Amino acid sequence: MRKKLVLIGNGMAGVRTVEELLKADPNRYEITIIGKEPYPNYNRIQLSSVLQGDKKIDDIFLNTYEWYSRNGITLHTGEAATLIDRQRKRVLTDKGREIPYDKLIVATGSLPFMLPLPGADKEGVIAFRDIKDCETMMETARHYRKAVVIGGGLLGLEAARGLLNLNMDVTVVHIFHHLMERQLDETAAVMLQAELEKQGMRFLLQKNTEKILGRKRVTGVMFSDGTTEKADLVVMAVGIRPNVELAKRSGLEVNRGIVVNDYMRTSDPDIYAVGECAEHREIVYGLVAPLYEQGQVLAKHLAGVPTDPYTGSVTFTSLKVSGVDVYSAGEFRDGGGTRAIRIHDEAQGIYKKILVRGGRVVGAVLFGDTTDGQKLFSLIRKRADISAFGKLSLFGGADEKAAGTDWASVSDDEMICGCNGVSKGVIVDAIRNQGCTTVEQIKGCTNASRSCGRCKGQVAEILEYVLGELGESAAPAAVKTGMCGCTTLSHEEVRREITAKGLRSTREVMHVLGWRNPEGCSKCRPALNYYLGMLFPEDYEDEGASRFINERVHANIQNDGTFSVVPRMYGGVTSPEQLRKIADVAEKYQVRMVKVTGGQRIDLLGVRKEDLPKIWEELDMPSGFAYGKAIRTVKTCVGSTFCRFGTQDSIQMGIDMERKFERLYTPHKVKMAVSGCPRNCAESGIKDIGVVAIDGGWEIYVGGNGGVELRGAELLVTVKTPEEVLEWSGAFLQYYRENARYLERTSHWIERVGLKAVQDALADPETRRELNERLDVALSVTKDPWKERVENPELRKQFEQITVG
Amino acid sequence: MPKYWVGNAEDIPKCGGRSVFLHGREFAVFHLSDGSFHAIENRCPHKGGPLSEGIVSGKFVFCPLHDWKIDVTDGQVQAPDRGCVRSYDVEIEGGKIYILLDEANWTEAG
Repeated sequence: MRKKLVLIGNGMAGVRTVEELLKADPNRYEITIIGKEPYPNYNRIQLSSVLQGDKKIDDIFLNTYEWYSRNGITLHTGEAATLIDRQRKRVLTDKGREIPYDKLIVATGSLPFMLPLPGADKEGVIAFRDIKDCETMMETARHYRKAVVIGGGLLGLEAARGLLNLNMDVTVVHIFHHLMERQLDETAAVMLQAELEKQGMRFLLQKNTEKILGRKRVTGVMFSDGTTEKADLVVMAVGIRPNVELAKRSGLEVNRGIVVNDYMRTSDPDIYAVGECAEHREIVYGLVAPLYEQGQVLAKHLAGVPTDPYTGSVTFTSLKVSGVDVYSAGEFRDGGGTRAIRIHDEAQGIYKKILVRGGRVVGAVLFGDTTDGQKLFSLIRKRADISAFGKLSLFGGADEKAAGTDWASVSDDEMICGCNGVSKGVIVDAIRNQGCTTVEQIKGCTNASRSCGRCKGQVAEILEYVLGELGESAAPAAVKTGMCGCTTLSHEEVRREITAKGLRSTREVMHVLGWRNPEGCSKCRPALNYYLGMLFPEDYEDEGASRFINERVHANIQNDGTFSVVPRMYGGVTSPEQLRKIADVAEKYQVRMVKVTGGQRIDLLGVRKEDLPKIWEELDMPSGFAYGKAIRTVKTCVGSTFCRFGTQDSIQMGIDMERKFERLYTPHKVKMAVSGCPRNCAESGIKDIGVVAIDGGWEIYVGGNGGVELRGAELLVTVKTPEEVLEWSGAFLQYYRENARYLERTSHWIERVGLKAVQDALADPETRRELNERLDVALSVTKDPWKERVENPELRKQFEQITVG
Repeated sequence: MPKYWVGNAEDIPKCGGRSVFLHGREFAVFHLSDGSFHAIENRCPHKGGPLSEGIVSGKFVFCPLHDWKIDVTDGQVQAPDRGCVRSYDVEIEGGKIYILLDEANWTEAG
């Protein structure tokens, strides 16, 4: 017969204990949970996120009602326990229920400490502890202006940030002379205050609140020095105290909290306490990680599984208040026999301090760059011997992050998720042996990243690393990423195979190289078509079916299924005659909009597919290729033709480049520009190839991108003559065509391979000559696609609308 | 079920699609690499893109607007997206393509 286990309190510590118990022995107990709040278990830490508007209340529930019923747990919400009758082993509730128990866990948590000030019972005076407080704050912000938060600790600052987000005017009152004195030293606290003041928070330090003013509703607060501050809302965030009334009333030993031993047992052999209401070795914890550690020990103990006793926790706090990163772990205050190693960069707003005692790391404070937090926490827990490290190597920081963690060398017991106590080994096991393939699944399996969430990035990195490893050993569950879901081969491998085996069609490639889908997908078909056309320009027969609609019909498809027509306008120069032609065609076909493009030409929008050949015929202008993974335009600025600052004829240079390279297909669109002087009015700095005229020559910049991931172009070379500009641009273009991956802009490609590799490759004039030769072959077989379709009835037929009946 | 002639088989190259207007409604007719023909409504359930213009692979077409993947034999949108388009039976006779439409299909005009 199953024993009865009753849990008083439906909060994070108690429910975590039950979760661990169910893992250890799901059938040992019949479980009943009593909770005062009318909700299932939710993540109280994330109330700040709800207040700040980043999450909704529904997002922070940790366990759904369905979880309780699925695990056979009887849940009573909105009900409070009033007495524990230890003689008859029953719990009495305020709804008149009597619940019998064999074992009882008290997890009543904390109560917010409400300062016993005159007026504290007025309307508009609240704590910041539960969902109801959150809702009150959000509602008050809709109708009132001014908020005063009493308490400059972790909770008070998070409440203040939330209220700022709700557009209230916020002042934080603190009795101490600097903020967060329980976690930060003065240096870090002063930096924090400066940053928060920049965000609009105001501070009144060394102020002791004496009275709350107002009639029925609060209107302000008065301090012991006689000054006052207006307030429509007063949030008390001065601290929490363990909720021990029930325990006291029921005869359990209570100090500050309910006194427990190393197995979380109270003075009654059948009653346990866990979480913020428990006092262990004279410490009451207010942070989540120790509570989870306690829960693990208690769960194993209740399940009869051998476990090490709980011996206390090293704690850390991490605060992320709107872009400000603060981290504190272990001992953080100077003095007491400690020595400090510090880095303080005032310009960057970074401060890092590690405290050492007897040659061992005992604490750390980080401000501004907290990427070392987890690593330092590990060292503190292990009480690592500092002599093993070079002093400043402890501060790896953001730069180290950029280089990437070498996960292979990280030990398995390295703590990754400090909130839930999940080590690297546990995560790796979840991926290797429990089939987890996403961060969400790992979260479900191990609890990693379930609480504050800052380790999510690291969990994702470990996932990538383990899957990559598995790929090499070809385990069936693993997926090695190839150029798309159809293959495990990379772009480079596919290109090599095409050349080595002389493959001549996309079908042949997919068949010979063992594609998972015999006809590929929308990612690989166009890529293969491009590679084949680039490698065999004279022989390959282009496959229209493997091109996107735009490149198939040589027009840009719009959101309503119509198309746009953009004729060539070399170097952005037009003429009255061209403009007249464009205007006539636009009127005749009732084009919806005539618009100038960013590439310095004209766009006719709203054209029906069946009208395209007719419009092309009447325009009688070359295609602008505005739709393709191809050479687009060469923008120019006026230059020496007219401009008083122009040093060279940028317009002619631009026209020559556009005429030479037009119609060429490339891995991704190529946008170019030529400026007549370093003022750079053609914006060469953000182009794939950007040319800038200087006195006596031309600078050629490459790899710029003015789009989603802004990137400045880098100087490839400086040359003297326009012929050299064409020579270098041509060599660069062909090198890009042959070496980049399909859909890789020059910017991404250069980020990947580095400019130096490209410069080294192009340094030899012989290489440049050969590249240009291959480029010329590719250019020689291009035709104007509009003319082609106007003149070829077979091709023209493809545009006709088939209407029957 | 009455059948309507919508064009000739030679008008649609293999591994491709074509849009057809019939009594004011638009169909996408596909010719797959295995020689079969299929018809679905020519309107992606996502944002109304013209499915007839998409890249065809096997029995799937990728919508040219946002790359939704649709099975042209039954109109089902493939995971991770969800939805479906109306699909119609197709017959080939003497090189001509016919779409089968009944009264019910007709009155549910789009």
